[in-house]
Amino acid sequence: MTAVWIALVLAALGSYLLKLAGLSLPESVLNQPRVRNVAHFLPVAMLAALVAVELFDGGGHYAVDWRPLVGVGAGVVALLLRRGLLVVFLVAIGTTALLRLLT
Amino acid sequence: MGSRSSELPAGDRAAILRAAVGLGLYAGAFGTTFGAVSVSSGLSVAQTVLLSLVMFSGASQFAFVGVATAGGSPYAALAAALLLAVRNSFYGVTMSEILHPRGWSKLWTAHFVIDETTAMAIGRDNRRAQRYAFWSTGLILFALWQTGSLVGALVGAAVDPLALGLDAAAPAVYLALLWPRLQRAKARVVALTGAAVAAALIPLAPSGLPVIAAAGVAVVAGLLPVRARRQPANVTEVS
Repeated sequence: MTAVWIALVLAALGSYLLKLAGLSLPESVLNQPRVRNVAHFLPVAMLAALVAVELFDGGGHYAVDWRPLVGVGAGVVALLLRRGLLVVFLVAIGTTALLRLLT
Repeated sequence: MGSRSSELPAGDRAAILRAAVGLGLYAGAFGTTFGAVSVSSGLSVAQTVLLSLVMFSGASQFAFVGVATAGGSPYAALAAALLLAVRNSFYGVTMSEILHPRGWSKLWTAHFVIDETTAMAIGRDNRRAQRYAFWSTGLILFALWQTGSLVGALVGAAVDPLALGLDAAAPAVYLALLWPRLQRAKARVVALTGAAVAAALIPLAPSGLPVIAAAGVAVVAGLLPVRARRQPANVTEVS
């Protein structure tokens, strides 16, 4: 549990320091094309990886609960219909909750 | 900085506030979910509230909780949260140009440099509106995010997160944040590769590492030679 606290405090402070670094570092440091490109792709690769892990990881083995899968699918439909974050979010959890209630 | 001396028209202010309140409502709902998921996954109320107060970056918070409570090392959770937070540094470059924070004011301005505030600010066409958008969005979002997180954390132990469909919340938010970043073909390749690498590693690597390994995909993709070009900001619309 102590390790969780240490990691949590470091992660929280680190996130703040990353924001502060963006305002404080000379622009020439962060504005190099390669640095920018890596930073641009970081959230793309990681968010996609997080989606995959959330939906298919059953704790070190593959496991799929089809209800959140369909719920997230409904969220994708909302995204395709150009809905905002709140709608996408509510559609995904609402669909999942409904499916769980019915099945 | 053309309109710096003139007052922001009331109509513009109302439009910005409306958009900020809309994002705030989302933050409230999202924050409540975060609190509930965090506590029902095993973090304490204090840990949940601390994450929202100090980390104040939704995707990173969900990633930290997801990795730390799924049997992964807390340090894998630390790495995942920080790698995901690197984008805020780059928003800082854009926001510096708009806000020009000096000295101590950087310390509190920095805390509000996140997806939503940056997207709201760069969507305006003059400095005064940009600053108003940044601060109104930042403060409303912060207030509702904290309120939501606390409420969610307090009720989290009492509700059944599965019955409420909250297991779909984190992936839905990741997807919603990912979506506007997929406009370029290369980004779509990076996303699919990152997801494939992570999925392939699920049975092979300790929990948390599949997500961190996906960061490697971003590094390789970013270092591959590309035509040099300057972009105003790698910020995408969130609303």
